[in-house]
Amino acid sequence: MSLRSPLGEALGRGPAHDGVHHWIVQRVTAVALAVLTVWFVLSLVQLPLADHARVSAWIAEGSHPVCIALLVITATWHSRLGVQVVIEDYVHGRHSKVVLLIVNVFAHVLVAAIALLAVLRLVLRSFG
Amino acid sequence: MRPRPLSPHVSVYRFQYTMIGSFTHRMTGIGLAFGLIVLAWWLAAAAGGAAAYGDASAILGSVPGKVLLALWLLAFCYHLFNGIRHLAWDRIFGFEKREARRSFRVVILAALVLFVALAWFLFFRGTGVAP
Repeated sequence: MSLRSPLGEALGRGPAHDGVHHWIVQRVTAVALAVLTVWFVLSLVQLPLADHARVSAWIAEGSHPVCIALLVITATWHSRLGVQVVIEDYVHGRHSKVVLLIVNVFAHVLVAAIALLAVLRLVLRSFG
Repeated sequence: MRPRPLSPHVSVYRFQYTMIGSFTHRMTGIGLAFGLIVLAWWLAAAAGGAAAYGDASAILGSVPGKVLLALWLLAFCYHLFNGIRHLAWDRIFGFEKREARRSFRVVILAALVLFVALAWFLFFRGTGVAP
Protein backbone atom coordinates (compact mmCIF):
# COMPACT_ATOMS: atom_id res chain seq x y z
CA MET A 1 0.00 0.00 0.00
CA SER A 2 1.29 3.41 -0.90
CA LEU A 3 1.22 6.22 1.61
CA ARG A 4 1.25 8.84 -1.11
CA SER A 5 -1.94 10.82 -1.69
CA PRO A 6 -3.75 10.34 -5.02
CA LEU A 7 -2.89 13.97 -5.90
CA GLY A 8 0.79 13.31 -5.19
CA GLU A 9 0.64 10.34 -7.57
CA ALA A 10 -0.99 12.37 -10.31
CA LEU A 11 1.09 15.58 -10.18
CA GLY A 12 3.59 15.87 -12.97
CA ARG A 13 2.49 12.57 -14.50
CA GLY A 14 1.14 13.86 -17.74
CA PRO A 15 -0.93 16.36 -19.63
CA ALA A 16 -4.05 18.05 -18.30
CA HIS A 17 -5.42 18.15 -21.88
CA ASP A 18 -5.34 21.95 -22.00
CA GLY A 19 -2.95 21.62 -24.91
CA VAL A 20 -5.70 20.36 -27.19
CA HIS A 21 -7.82 23.41 -26.45
CA HIS A 22 -4.85 25.69 -27.14
CA TRP A 23 -4.17 23.83 -30.39
CA ILE A 24 -7.80 24.02 -31.58
CA VAL A 25 -8.20 27.73 -30.73
CA GLN A 26 -4.96 28.47 -32.57
CA ARG A 27 -6.40 26.81 -35.71
CA VAL A 28 -9.90 28.28 -35.47
CA THR A 29 -8.52 31.81 -35.06
CA ALA A 30 -6.16 31.11 -37.98
CA VAL A 31 -9.11 30.32 -40.27
CA ALA A 32 -10.93 33.51 -39.19
CA LEU A 33 -7.75 35.57 -39.62
CA ALA A 34 -7.13 34.25 -43.13
CA VAL A 35 -10.37 36.03 -44.10
CA LEU A 36 -10.23 39.11 -41.84
CA THR A 37 -6.58 40.07 -42.43
CA VAL A 38 -6.84 39.73 -46.20
CA TRP A 39 -9.92 41.99 -46.21
CA PHE A 40 -8.17 44.50 -43.93
CA VAL A 41 -4.87 44.63 -45.83
CA LEU A 42 -6.61 44.85 -49.23
CA SER A 43 -8.72 47.73 -47.89
CA LEU A 44 -5.77 49.54 -46.29
CA VAL A 45 -3.55 49.57 -49.37
CA GLN A 46 -6.38 51.23 -51.33
CA LEU A 47 -7.06 53.93 -48.70
CA PRO A 48 -5.47 57.38 -48.87
CA LEU A 49 -3.63 56.69 -45.61
CA ALA A 50 -2.31 60.23 -45.14
CA ASP A 51 -5.86 61.65 -45.16
CA HIS A 52 -7.17 61.60 -41.57
CA ALA A 53 -10.78 62.43 -42.46
CA ARG A 54 -11.06 59.68 -45.10
CA VAL A 55 -9.33 57.07 -42.91
CA SER A 56 -11.52 57.89 -39.87
CA ALA A 57 -14.66 57.79 -42.00
CA TRP A 58 -13.65 54.43 -43.48
CA ILE A 59 -13.04 52.88 -40.04
CA ALA A 60 -16.46 54.02 -38.75
CA GLU A 61 -18.40 53.19 -41.92
CA GLY A 62 -21.05 50.43 -42.16
CA SER A 63 -19.78 46.97 -41.22
CA HIS A 64 -16.13 48.09 -40.97
CA PRO A 65 -16.01 48.72 -37.19
CA VAL A 66 -17.45 45.25 -36.50
CA CYS A 67 -14.94 43.62 -38.86
CA ILE A 68 -12.02 45.61 -37.39
CA ALA A 69 -13.14 44.70 -33.83
CA LEU A 70 -13.33 41.01 -34.82
CA LEU A 71 -9.91 41.31 -36.44
CA VAL A 72 -8.38 42.91 -33.33
CA ILE A 73 -9.87 40.30 -30.96
CA THR A 74 -9.00 37.32 -33.19
CA ALA A 75 -5.51 38.56 -34.03
CA THR A 76 -4.51 39.35 -30.43
CA TRP A 77 -5.90 35.98 -29.30
CA HIS A 78 -4.04 34.05 -32.03
CA SER A 79 -0.89 36.10 -31.36
CA ARG A 80 -1.06 35.50 -27.60
CA LEU A 81 -1.22 31.73 -28.19
CA GLY A 82 1.59 31.79 -30.75
CA VAL A 83 3.95 33.93 -28.68
CA GLN A 84 3.18 31.73 -25.66
CA VAL A 85 4.40 28.62 -27.51
CA VAL A 86 7.60 30.38 -28.55
CA ILE A 87 8.26 31.48 -24.93
CA GLU A 88 7.55 27.95 -23.67
CA ASP A 89 9.95 26.46 -26.23
CA TYR A 90 12.89 28.87 -26.01
CA VAL A 91 12.88 30.48 -22.55
CA HIS A 92 14.34 27.96 -20.12
CA GLY A 93 14.68 29.89 -16.83
CA ARG A 94 11.82 28.87 -14.57
CA HIS A 95 11.13 32.38 -13.26
CA SER A 96 11.79 34.26 -16.49
CA LYS A 97 9.45 31.87 -18.30
CA VAL A 98 6.56 32.52 -15.89
CA VAL A 99 7.17 36.28 -15.92
CA LEU A 100 7.29 36.40 -19.72
CA LEU A 101 4.12 34.27 -20.03
CA ILE A 102 2.26 36.73 -17.80
CA VAL A 103 3.69 39.79 -19.59
CA ASN A 104 2.60 38.16 -22.86
CA VAL A 105 -1.03 37.96 -21.71
CA PHE A 106 -1.07 41.50 -20.26
CA ALA A 107 0.52 43.02 -23.36
CA HIS A 108 -1.97 41.37 -25.72
CA VAL A 109 -4.98 42.37 -23.62
CA LEU A 110 -3.65 45.94 -23.45
CA VAL A 111 -3.16 46.13 -27.22
CA ALA A 112 -6.66 44.76 -27.81
CA ALA A 113 -8.20 47.23 -25.33
CA ILE A 114 -6.45 50.25 -26.89
CA ALA A 115 -7.44 49.23 -30.42
CA LEU A 116 -11.08 48.47 -29.51
CA LEU A 117 -11.48 51.74 -27.59
CA ALA A 118 -10.09 53.65 -30.58
CA VAL A 119 -12.60 52.01 -32.95
CA LEU A 120 -15.43 52.76 -30.51
CA ARG A 121 -14.37 56.42 -30.26
CA LEU A 122 -14.30 56.75 -34.04
CA VAL A 123 -17.78 55.19 -34.36
CA LEU A 124 -19.25 57.46 -31.67
CA ARG A 125 -17.67 60.51 -33.30
CA SER A 126 -19.07 59.58 -36.70
CA PHE A 127 -22.58 60.08 -35.30
CA GLY A 128 -21.63 63.74 -34.94
CA MET B 1 10.21 11.93 -9.96
CA ARG B 2 12.03 10.76 -13.08
CA PRO B 3 12.52 13.45 -15.74
CA ARG B 4 9.61 13.86 -18.11
CA PRO B 5 10.27 13.32 -21.83
CA LEU B 6 11.15 16.49 -23.70
CA SER B 7 10.67 17.40 -27.31
CA PRO B 8 14.01 16.90 -29.11
CA HIS B 9 15.96 20.13 -29.46
CA VAL B 10 16.47 21.79 -32.81
CA SER B 11 20.19 21.05 -32.75
CA VAL B 12 19.74 17.26 -32.86
CA TYR B 13 18.04 17.28 -36.27
CA ARG B 14 19.94 17.01 -39.54
CA PHE B 15 19.37 20.23 -41.46
CA GLN B 16 16.73 20.19 -44.19
CA TYR B 17 15.69 23.29 -46.05
CA THR B 18 12.00 22.86 -45.12
CA MET B 19 13.14 23.68 -41.56
CA ILE B 20 13.66 27.26 -42.74
CA GLY B 21 9.92 27.36 -43.43
CA SER B 22 9.17 26.42 -39.85
CA PHE B 23 11.62 28.93 -38.29
CA THR B 24 10.37 31.65 -40.60
CA HIS B 25 6.76 30.96 -39.61
CA ARG B 26 7.66 31.59 -35.98
CA MET B 27 9.82 34.63 -36.69
CA THR B 28 7.19 36.26 -38.92
CA GLY B 29 4.59 35.46 -36.25
CA ILE B 30 6.64 37.28 -33.59
CA GLY B 31 7.17 40.19 -35.98
CA LEU B 32 3.43 40.39 -36.68
CA ALA B 33 2.74 40.35 -32.92
CA PHE B 34 4.77 43.57 -32.69
CA GLY B 35 2.84 44.79 -35.73
CA LEU B 36 -0.35 44.54 -33.64
CA ILE B 37 1.10 47.19 -31.31
CA VAL B 38 1.54 49.48 -34.30
CA LEU B 39 -2.02 48.71 -35.47
CA ALA B 40 -3.41 49.68 -32.05
CA TRP B 41 -1.25 52.82 -31.96
CA TRP B 42 -2.40 53.77 -35.48
CA LEU B 43 -6.09 53.28 -34.59
CA ALA B 44 -5.62 55.29 -31.37
CA ALA B 45 -3.96 58.07 -33.36
CA ALA B 46 -6.92 58.14 -35.79
CA ALA B 47 -9.29 58.35 -32.81
CA GLY B 48 -7.10 61.04 -31.20
CA GLY B 49 -7.74 63.56 -33.97
CA ALA B 50 -6.08 65.09 -37.02
CA ALA B 51 -2.93 66.29 -35.22
CA ALA B 52 -2.23 62.93 -33.53
CA TYR B 53 -2.95 61.12 -36.80
CA GLY B 54 -0.67 63.48 -38.69
CA ASP B 55 2.22 62.63 -36.35
CA ALA B 56 1.59 58.88 -36.67
CA SER B 57 1.25 59.18 -40.42
CA ALA B 58 4.54 61.10 -40.68
CA ILE B 59 6.35 58.40 -38.70
CA LEU B 60 4.87 55.59 -40.81
CA GLY B 61 5.57 57.55 -44.00
CA SER B 62 9.26 58.16 -43.15
CA VAL B 63 11.91 55.89 -44.66
CA PRO B 64 12.33 53.68 -41.54
CA GLY B 65 8.52 53.60 -41.22
CA LYS B 66 8.14 52.45 -44.81
CA VAL B 67 10.86 49.82 -44.38
CA LEU B 68 9.05 48.43 -41.32
CA LEU B 69 5.70 48.48 -43.13
CA ALA B 70 7.25 46.61 -46.06
CA LEU B 71 8.73 44.01 -43.68
CA TRP B 72 5.38 43.57 -41.95
CA LEU B 73 3.68 43.22 -45.31
CA LEU B 74 6.20 40.55 -46.34
CA ALA B 75 5.84 38.77 -42.98
CA PHE B 76 2.05 38.85 -43.37
CA CYS B 77 2.17 37.36 -46.89
CA TYR B 78 4.45 34.53 -45.78
CA HIS B 79 2.61 33.78 -42.53
CA LEU B 80 -0.72 33.75 -44.40
CA PHE B 81 0.31 31.21 -47.04
CA ASN B 82 2.43 29.07 -44.74
CA GLY B 83 -0.44 29.14 -42.22
CA ILE B 84 -2.76 27.72 -44.88
CA ARG B 85 -0.10 25.04 -45.53
CA HIS B 86 -0.13 24.21 -41.81
CA LEU B 87 -3.93 23.95 -41.81
CA ALA B 88 -3.71 21.54 -44.76
CA TRP B 89 -1.17 19.46 -42.84
CA ASP B 90 -3.55 19.31 -39.90
CA ARG B 91 -6.02 17.57 -42.22
CA ILE B 92 -3.14 15.14 -43.11
CA PHE B 93 -2.93 16.65 -46.56
CA GLY B 94 0.43 17.18 -48.23
CA PHE B 95 2.41 15.80 -45.29
CA GLU B 96 4.70 13.54 -47.36
CA LYS B 97 8.29 14.79 -47.60
CA ARG B 98 8.13 15.42 -51.35
CA GLU B 99 4.80 17.27 -51.09
CA ALA B 100 5.99 19.35 -48.13
CA ARG B 101 9.05 20.45 -50.10
CA ARG B 102 6.98 21.37 -53.13
CA SER B 103 4.37 23.25 -51.07
CA PHE B 104 7.20 25.18 -49.37
CA ARG B 105 8.33 26.48 -52.76
CA VAL B 106 4.70 27.30 -53.66
CA VAL B 107 4.34 29.26 -50.39
CA ILE B 108 7.51 31.28 -51.06
CA LEU B 109 6.39 32.09 -54.59
CA ALA B 110 2.81 33.00 -53.61
CA ALA B 111 4.03 35.17 -50.72
CA LEU B 112 6.43 37.07 -52.98
CA VAL B 113 3.77 37.65 -55.66
CA LEU B 114 1.21 38.91 -53.11
CA PHE B 115 3.87 41.06 -51.42
CA VAL B 116 4.90 42.76 -54.66
CA ALA B 117 1.26 43.44 -55.58
CA LEU B 118 0.36 44.85 -52.14
CA ALA B 119 3.59 46.87 -51.85
CA TRP B 120 2.94 48.38 -55.26
CA PHE B 121 -0.54 49.46 -54.17
CA LEU B 122 0.71 50.75 -50.82
CA PHE B 123 3.83 52.64 -51.88
CA PHE B 124 3.68 53.47 -55.58
CA ARG B 125 0.11 54.24 -56.50
CA GLY B 126 0.15 57.64 -54.84
CA THR B 127 -2.89 57.08 -52.60
CA GLY B 128 -1.08 55.13 -49.89
CA VAL B 129 1.36 56.16 -47.18
CA ALA B 130 2.08 59.88 -46.73
CA PRO B 131 4.74 61.25 -49.09
